Amino acid sequence: MPRRIVTGIQGIGHRVIDSIWRLGYASRFFLLTLLKSGTSLKRFGLIIRELYFTGVLSLIIIIVSGLFVGMVLGLQGYETLQRYGAESAVGTMVALSLLRELGPVVAALLFASRAGSAITAEIGLMKATEQLAAMEMMAVDPIARVVAPRFWAGVISMPLLAALFSAIGIFGGYLVAVVLIGVDEGSFWSQMQGAVDFRYDIVNGVIKTFVFGIAITAIAVFEGYDASPTAEGVSGATTRTVVTSSLAILGLDFILTSFMFRGMG
Amino acid sequence: MQRTTMDLWVGLFVMAGIGALLVLALKVGNLGTYSAADSYTLTGNFENIGGLKVRAPVKSAGVVVGRVTDIQFSTETYDAQVIMNIDSRYQFPKDTFASILTSGLIGEQYIGLAAGGDEVMLKSGDKMMKTNSALVLEEMIGRFLFDKASEGDGNENAQKN
Repeated sequence: MPRRIVTGIQGIGHRVIDSIWRLGYASRFFLLTLLKSGTSLKRFGLIIRELYFTGVLSLIIIIVSGLFVGMVLGLQGYETLQRYGAESAVGTMVALSLLRELGPVVAALLFASRAGSAITAEIGLMKATEQLAAMEMMAVDPIARVVAPRFWAGVISMPLLAALFSAIGIFGGYLVAVVLIGVDEGSFWSQMQGAVDFRYDIVNGVIKTFVFGIAITAIAVFEGYDASPTAEGVSGATTRTVVTSSLAILGLDFILTSFMFRGMG
Repeated sequence: MQRTTMDLWVGLFVMAGIGALLVLALKVGNLGTYSAADSYTLTGNFENIGGLKVRAPVKSAGVVVGRVTDIQFSTETYDAQVIMNIDSRYQFPKDTFASILTSGLIGEQYIGLAAGGDEVMLKSGDKMMKTNSALVLEEMIGRFLFDKASEGDGNENAQKN
């Protein structure tokens, strides 16, 4: 019995030390990626290729979910606001909730599960099939050649995808509120324009998406690079990417929101 | 490096993303309707601004002519100093009346400008002399109750006499 307790405590200690170790390794890896991204920025074709896989191929899911999220916001917003006779404010509600929170956060969650998991699986499989080791043998740095282009492609495509998500979502809200239900079109747009501020709402939303893009792709490339080179290891790393980056998005969103929108009207 | 169809798709993707940002900025945001470049500032001192906030609209005859840029408390006159940016297309006479109004029953508060008849126009940095404070519901109710009470007293006294 005491022996079991001792091994239990040892297990806890081992996990804590291991996770701190991993955190340090991840930070060093992140810094190394930044330092070695010079070559990939020079060879921009590599980034374009990754932009296609992370950005263009995520377009469908982003556009479709943006449309539906906006339409649901329009419906629910109308349901609640018409009780107070304020149904013309539905445009303001849809636009502000999309630009400030839902656009960046939902687009980032989708991006993490659509593109982040793919990045991890790809790099992890490259490691499992010893392609990364082969590159090192040929004096090609895998961080500069494989990791950095994927990282920068993710950082570039995340804000663009989130902007598309918000714009399509507002269009979805317009479809439901104005075309379907019949809220006055003029007041829908003018109240929205009156309430949405370029600096406070749009720029802050874009800053959020940049931070999310960095977080998601940094986690994804690290998990792929760190995966144990087995089929199980790659699948575990892919799962960890989605879980960790989703939690990171939500946590970072709270921190950023509390800085950006504190006391704003 | 040669061009591929992938480049075309990436180009389209980047264009769509930037286009979405532009739509958000111009159609959804207030960047298209209001720019700080061609505007002038006016200040006004109000006894009580109620719930007026920075970025609240300044309207004249219901048309948005500017925005509130700053609200400060003045320790010289012990009232609120409101600084607003007015579109330079709209010039107002020197005796323009500024009052804090509410849009709708529970709507946001804004500054309403009622033009006067003076020949001289307000210049940038000028201070509006005629201002009207926000209606504060508690004060109104308090005054109403006070009036009622004093009325009641008066009647009782009259009956006694």
